[in-house]
Amino acid sequence: MNVLPFSLVLCLTSIFAGLLGALTGLGGGVIIVPTLCLLFKVDLHYAIGASLVSVIATSSGAAAAYVREGYSNIRIGMFLEVATTLGALLGAYLTATVPADWIGVIFGVVLLYSAWTSLRKPPTVGTSLKWDPLAVKLKLRGFSPVAGKNEQYVAENVPAGFGIMFVAGTLSGLLGIGSGAVKVLAMDQVMKLPFKVSTTTSNFMIGVTAAASAGWYFNHGYILPGLAMPVMLGVLAGSLIGSRILVNAQVETLRWVFSIAIVGLAAEMIYSGLTGRL
Amino acid sequence: MRSREDKRLQIAMGHMLRFGTTIAASIVFVGGALYLVQFHGPVPDYQHFHGASSSSRSLGAMVSGFFDFDSQSVIAFGILVLVATPVCRVLFGVVGFSLQRDRMYAAVSAAVLAILLMGIFARR
Repeated sequence: MNVLPFSLVLCLTSIFAGLLGALTGLGGGVIIVPTLCLLFKVDLHYAIGASLVSVIATSSGAAAAYVREGYSNIRIGMFLEVATTLGALLGAYLTATVPADWIGVIFGVVLLYSAWTSLRKPPTVGTSLKWDPLAVKLKLRGFSPVAGKNEQYVAENVPAGFGIMFVAGTLSGLLGIGSGAVKVLAMDQVMKLPFKVSTTTSNFMIGVTAAASAGWYFNHGYILPGLAMPVMLGVLAGSLIGSRILVNAQVETLRWVFSIAIVGLAAEMIYSGLTGRL
Repeated sequence: MRSREDKRLQIAMGHMLRFGTTIAASIVFVGGALYLVQFHGPVPDYQHFHGASSSSRSLGAMVSGFFDFDSQSVIAFGILVLVATPVCRVLFGVVGFSLQRDRMYAAVSAAVLAILLMGIFARR
């Protein structure tokens, strides 16, 4: 295939991946990497390079909308970014040492986990006010607008949350994804932050985390301009369209259909890794 | 908790992120159009890893290629602007928290900035 048709097909596929990522809440990265590897037969390192670029674009592009909603917490985000960026450096370093087939298997497992969490109903845990002294000292608290009034929340289990964030960062750097699902797990399940605060704060953290491994990716030649260009523009456009649709549409059925497709991609990724074809 | 000042800082960060992404996407788009004009042949070998060419790897080569209208350097430069956008957000944090006299969070932001710069500039 020639460059022009290839780029157009890749751009259209990326728009679809970005759309899917926004509608399922998974993000474009976890969908574009297996698509590039399995459908376009692109080398795994090139795929994660192109994906990481699109992840930064999506995170920053959606930021203005999230600020308007007023849920995200900059202090909690900044504090946890210490863990995710350190993890991202480790993850990027590991891309050069861990065999591609293993990366594929890890990718499949993370994809399955992400699909499972996206189907789960947002838990309605009441915000606890246990006043964890460490969280108070670190100012890991805030107000979240609930039904017209501001409800106060304070983080719990700070060391465990910080540790899981390090893992989320490592996965982001190793797989070229935002690993939003693991970040939300740390904030919402472990640190007991309100769900909306977790998801919006996680969106901001994704860009900063991905930027930490971008240097390594550039230096090691994972980022091919000709390949990254249609992927980045496509995923960005798709995710912006997706977030518009999300506001108006009933997406429950769509989510199920997409999640089944994603389980298929994950299984194929694990199978390809195990049979040494990546 | 100074939530009003936090809100202002967040809005500034949000505008900056959108601005940076728009600039970066525009540069990549122009570079992409140039790329499609310059390259007509079959798709390069993406199946096997060779690493990107030097014109899109080092900052110096990228900048000189940018002014030569080398499409790959232009795209790579746009991606670099994209990477710089969240780094700028952290820089906003350092400045914003300092203005609020929140020493602890000015230091936390500075630590994140240091890690990011290490990732971007460290050579191995």
